[in-house]
This record gives sequence, structure tokens and C-alpha cells, in this order.
Amino acid sequence: MMNCKQATRLISESQDRTLTLAEKMSLKVHVMMCSGCKNFSLQVPFLSKAMKAYAKGYGKNISDEGQQ
Amino acid sequence: MNDLTVESLGPDASDTSILNDAAFLNDLRRQMLKFATLQLSNSHAAEDAVQEALVGALKNAKSFAGRAALKTWVFAILRNKIADVLRQKKRMVDASSLLREDEEGEDFAELFDTKGMWQTDEKPATWGNPQDALHQNQFWKVFEICLEALPGNQARVFMMKEFVELETAEICTAVGITTTNLNVMLHRSRLRLRECLENNWFLRGEHA
Repeated sequence: MMNCKQATRLISESQDRTLTLAEKMSLKVHVMMCSGCKNFSLQVPFLSKAMKAYAKGYGKNISDEGQQ
Repeated sequence: MNDLTVESLGPDASDTSILNDAAFLNDLRRQMLKFATLQLSNSHAAEDAVQEALVGALKNAKSFAGRAALKTWVFAILRNKIADVLRQKKRMVDASSLLREDEEGEDFAELFDTKGMWQTDEKPATWGNPQDALHQNQFWKVFEICLEALPGNQARVFMMKEFVELETAEICTAVGITTTNLNVMLHRSRLRLRECLENNWFLRGEHA
């Protein structure tokens, strides 16, 4: 049985490579039973999305604020 | 990306409102510099990359519909410049800083118990609909603070992966680490970033 440390590691790696079928299956079983890892698995893709949005310049919009 | 057509426009092609908006340009430059410095861990190289990207993009500023389009363009150029510099460099991280990375095992002890299960108070919470945060300026301030709070190497590889979008092999070569090292660093950076955003944004009601 996979623990949360291993599950979050696989969730993280799933952003960087394709998991094997065996990895996917044991991860799925773990996530079904673990709300913490389930939430983590939803948050990791968001981090990636946010980082890309930040990079595109959403990080600061001086025309909308901070006018002196 | 390569057709900057600088010559055809010349230095006098810059009579657009964007180019007269000093506050916008200063801010854009500051933002680029922050990113480039973190990526290249060398303020001189970062300054060079930012200058080149800005000059290249601004010469074409006339063809941009607005600030958002210019920003996207300028960051795309910067991204390419950084990727070039990183590819040329064989190693960016010295051995001593990698050793420090290895000593960060205590990260995991805080998050997980001895069986590797979440500590009760560290379990990731529900974020609801996090996409909404992307439209809030205050969120980006928190995001920036959380990024800066990551240990240097973690921030660097995370940004290489998610912003510069280098391949795993390219990152490993540039930083001088194995794929396993990289996976460990990305795992840690995601755990930390997630925790920081949760504590400082998603569990705080004040932005709602």
C-alpha cells in the first residue's frame, strides 16, 4: 500500500513524465481513499497553470493599481 | 519568433503610448529582472538577457495591440534568451548548494509521519475553484512571496520546468543533477509552494 509521501511524489512526477500503468493504478487507489492526496492532485496542475500565467505577466498589472 | 524586423522599423518606430508609459515599462523590467535573476543566478547575465529581450520587443512595440500583448511577447523572448544561456552553461549550481538541498530532509518530517502519511495539520485542504485567484492582483503578490520563499535551487528548477519549459534532460544538464535529484526537487518545491499558497491565500477569507 502506497503512503502519502510516495503518492505525492508520483503526482508531482505525473507533471513531468507519463506514469506506468501500475503506478497509475496504485495512485488511483490511494487517492480514492485519501482526501489530502486528492486535494494535492488537484493543486499540482494549478501550480503549473499559475506559474505559466505569472510568466506571461499576470504577476503585476501596474495599469490597474499603484498609480502614483 | 526570429523575425523581429528591427531594421525595417528603426529607432523612430516607437511613437506609441506604451513606450511613453514609464511606469508600465519600469514595472515590466523589474518583473523580468526578478525572473531572470532567479533563473540565471547571476545578476549581470540576467540584466543582459532582460535588456536584449526588452530592446528586441520594444522595437516592435508598434505592432502590439496593448500592454498585455506586449508583455506576453516580451516574456516569450526573455524565455528564449534564458533557455539559450542555460543551454550554453554546463552547470549552474555548485556542489555545495546541492549538498544543502540534500539536507532538507526535515521538510518531509514536518509534512509526513514516520509511516509517510500526512501529519494531521499538514493535510492539503480543498481550494474550491482556484482559477478565480488568477484574476486577483492580491493573489499574485502572495504567489510571488511564496515563489521567493522557495529555496533557490527549488525555485530555479521549478521555474525552468514550468516557465522556461525546458525538457527534463536539459534541466538536468544545466543544473548538473540526475533525473532523480530533479524529481525530488520538483516534488519538494510543489509541496512547499502549495502549502504557502494554502496558508496565505486559500485558507484566508479576506480575498473573497
